Amino acid sequence: MLSRIVFVSAGALKGSGSFGAGLVHASRSLHTSSQSLAPVPPLPEKGGKVRHGIIPEEYFQLLYPKTGVTGPYMLGAGLIMYLLSKEIYVINHETFAAASIGTIIIYAVKKYGSSFAAFADNLNEEKVATAQEVKDLAISSLTKAIADEKKEQWRAEGKGMLFDAKRNNVAMLLEINRRERLHMVSNEVKRRLDYQIALQNLNRQLEQEHMVNWVEKNVISSITPQQEKASIAKCITDLKALAKATQAKATA
Amino acid sequence: MADRPVPVVEKQLMDVKLGQLGNWLGGRDFTPNGILNAIRRGHDRYYNKYINVKKGGIGGVAMLLAGYVVLSYIWEYDHIKHDRWRKYH
Repeated sequence: MLSRIVFVSAGALKGSGSFGAGLVHASRSLHTSSQSLAPVPPLPEKGGKVRHGIIPEEYFQLLYPKTGVTGPYMLGAGLIMYLLSKEIYVINHETFAAASIGTIIIYAVKKYGSSFAAFADNLNEEKVATAQEVKDLAISSLTKAIADEKKEQWRAEGKGMLFDAKRNNVAMLLEINRRERLHMVSNEVKRRLDYQIALQNLNRQLEQEHMVNWVEKNVISSITPQQEKASIAKCITDLKALAKATQAKATA
Repeated sequence: MADRPVPVVEKQLMDVKLGQLGNWLGGRDFTPNGILNAIRRGHDRYYNKYINVKKGGIGGVAMLLAGYVVLSYIWEYDHIKHDRWRKYH
């Protein structure tokens, strides 16, 4: 569980710069296949097994086929006896100090090991959670950007309809203009023709009047004065006769 | 598992047969660069196996400390020899 703090602090110290590079080199030297870095494989859950804190499990597995379960312990005990009896390991004041410190360390590890491990795990969890949040935020913002983009594409399709409507408008305006001009043309032509007609009418009228005047003038000038007296006398006698006729009618 | 034959110097130490040990030692890279590479490889193997995991135990660091204790005892042995209780063993 100390290794967890080591890992946390090492990670905080140097980032994963040199360790990550070393990791790549280690993997490239152990495997012959070509590996890519992404996605990074997850960390293994547990480390290599270690028995009694300082002896790796491989030692026990090495001796198991030949000597069974007690073999490694027998080997360990025999080695310790040899070292003590030949005084390759000398018992002096340091032995006592080492024993005391060892006892305290083992007691502390056994008593507070799990709680300390939980605390270190919490720290790691928080780090992973913040990184995960960043990743989730990035993913959500990117998906939202994708949705917005699709919406914009849909909107862009609508522009086709807009252009069709505008084209129709322009065609209508052109049509209107054409028809206006046709009307104007026909109106102008009609006006000119009407003018010609009026002109001809006027001409005929003038000619007619002039002829009538001229005939009248000739007739009047041809009436001699004595014809005039005779006609006036006849008119008077006619009038008298008429007056008599009406008087008779009125009294009857 | 018999893929293309690997030259003996490239094998890992556990795969080298006893008779080939001389060849293997002769072919290894003992330049300073090679030694540094070997140290780096060893460090990476230990680190990735015992420390760079989600739930490491005390074994990862305890083994390093125990190894340091043993190594320092070996370095001080010539001085500790004088504290022996008996002269003849």
